[in-house]
Amino acid sequence: MKYLHLVWSALFRRKTRTVFTIISVIAAFLLFGLLDSVRDAFVGAAHSAAGASRMITTSKESFVISLPTSLLMRIQAVPGVSAVTYANWFGGYYQQPKNQLIAESVANNFFDLYPEMKLSPGELHAFHATRAGAVAGASLARRFGWKVGDKIPIQATIFPQKGGSNTWTFDLVGIYHVTDPQLKGEEGALFFNWDYFDQAAAFGGGTAGWYIERVANPKLADGVARAIDAISANSDHETKTESEDAFQTSFASQFANIGLLVGSIMGCVFFTLILLTGNTMAQAVRERIPELAILKTIGFSNRSVLSLVLAESVLLLALGGAIGLAIAGVAVGGIRAKLGPQIPMLPVGKQTWLLGVTLMVLIGLLVGALPARRGMRLRIVDALSGR
Amino acid sequence: MSPLVEIRNLSKVYTRGRQRIEVLHHVDLDIPQGDFLALMGPSGSGKTTLLNLIGGLDSPTEGTLCVAGRRIDQLGQSELARWRASNVGFVFQFYNLLPMLSASRNVELPLLLTKLPAAKRRSHAAVALELVGLADRATHKPGELSGGQQQRVAIARAIVSDPTLLVCDEPTGDLDRQSAVEVLTLLQRLNRDHGKTVVMVTHDPKAAEYASHTLHLDKGTLVEAARAADAAAS
Ligand SMILES: Nc1ncnc2c1ncn2[C@@H]1O[C@H](COP(=O)(O)OP(=O)(O)O)[C@@H](O)[C@H]1O
Ligand SMILES: [Mg+2]
Repeated sequence: MKYLHLVWSALFRRKTRTVFTIISVIAAFLLFGLLDSVRDAFVGAAHSAAGASRMITTSKESFVISLPTSLLMRIQAVPGVSAVTYANWFGGYYQQPKNQLIAESVANNFFDLYPEMKLSPGELHAFHATRAGAVAGASLARRFGWKVGDKIPIQATIFPQKGGSNTWTFDLVGIYHVTDPQLKGEEGALFFNWDYFDQAAAFGGGTAGWYIERVANPKLADGVARAIDAISANSDHETKTESEDAFQTSFASQFANIGLLVGSIMGCVFFTLILLTGNTMAQAVRERIPELAILKTIGFSNRSVLSLVLAESVLLLALGGAIGLAIAGVAVGGIRAKLGPQIPMLPVGKQTWLLGVTLMVLIGLLVGALPARRGMRLRIVDALSGR
Repeated sequence: MSPLVEIRNLSKVYTRGRQRIEVLHHVDLDIPQGDFLALMGPSGSGKTTLLNLIGGLDSPTEGTLCVAGRRIDQLGQSELARWRASNVGFVFQFYNLLPMLSASRNVELPLLLTKLPAAKRRSHAAVALELVGLADRATHKPGELSGGQQQRVAIARAIVSDPTLLVCDEPTGDLDRQSAVEVLTLLQRLNRDHGKTVVMVTHDPKAAEYASHTLHLDKGTLVEAARAADAAAS
């Protein structure tokens, strides 16, 4: 700590150059914070206690292909399955096409399998008793200012009603809350009765988009999944059963392999950053050779000169990185407040910071290594005489 | 009493690729405790090389070098670094202060290697600056000081950890007459009043007069040991 002023003064010896370098570090870590929050939303949202014991059965070909409802009884009969429900995707928007919704028609017992979505018994009862009833997640309701009792007109993008109308009007009978911050993303959906959809839709009724099972013992999930898929083996509707984590990841991969995409973008960004900060550090040490020689003359050991230079480059990365991540945190907060939590971004959290700080230290050490070695190895008499 | 610096048969050879440059040839030299020695000689004669060896900045190719009873010719790099920290102060022609640090921070540098707490380091640095007459410039950066003042800050840095030996390589080489006189008087005071043993390389016969005697180096050999007239200095 007593060397901090040495490191600090060395870092800001060339103010302009250091400031510009720090700005690029800020930009890199800002991007890192934003992208990591997107990736976390896809990967991290699935990590729930309920999720571990939940499995999803979809068509083996693609999750957009529906399955016959006749499977319900047969899945229920598979040993190890303690509950089954099903749901169907409903594409739609509220008022304007940019307000796309996550909406599903769900079976009666759907909420039994999603205990993290908290509904009061009264609301649950009303949901079952109201043909066109719907429940919305708290953050979705907040986004559009919906209250229980409202009539909500939703424009269908796939399924018109039997009369040909694209407008489905639901009675909002309940608002559910998700308290687990990891699962906060689940608060952005709208659910309505599968029976209503089945009867009113011009097409698409009579099927289940996917089944959701709860297994009694998550450790035996693989065997249960195989038994479920065996039911439809060699039929025209072969299934694929996975634990919920895997389902959500493959759901995301239908659009793009988010992790890979984010990873390669970050790879490019950090590669550029390494070249840039590496160059700054190399210059910084080159022009300071006589000063490092003086430190050694006074009695600083080779090791302490090495550490001083490494500390300098880690400080360079840490300053920019911390500012960048802090800005990312504010930005993500702002975006979520404006667009609502259904956009796939999680707040910049501890995990992102931990990974970010690790990256700062590693990149700092990496780009400091060669200049630091040069400083460590310099011969005093040569450096003092400018050789 | 044995001398503070005892040099026997000291040689230094630099090799540049195939080239062998023998810079010092079998030098013998004793420097008593409390001496103020001026080293003169033509450019390239090996003065800096000899001074660097005495100060433990480099190791000889051959011969022995004892300072305060300790053989330093065979110490490794890190041992030498530790030895320098507690035994020698250095003053160079171009001051070599750290440009980003204030005068007092520069003077404090050697104390960072000690166990002294921050407050003690600060007060020691203040005393050293006081001693060189720059107490009022403690917060100034080197760029805000004249050459002579910078050199006096460098001298404060050299003495702050209270070493017995001061080695100065052309300390007035970059200074005007007036500043040179101030610096030389200061070195003389440190020698006389504070018992520092001073070895100073210089080109300038007038500067050498401040020393208690002068040795001449020519092509790596000590050629003549002329007692300088003490009277001329005082
Ligand atoms: N590190 C070194 N490598 C090669 N040659 C050197 C080195 N240091 C000094 N020399 C050579 O040794 C000779 C004496 O140098 P130096 O001691 O600096 O002389 P002075 O200080 O008397 O001018 C010069 O010819 C110089 O070129
Ligand atoms: Mg010289």
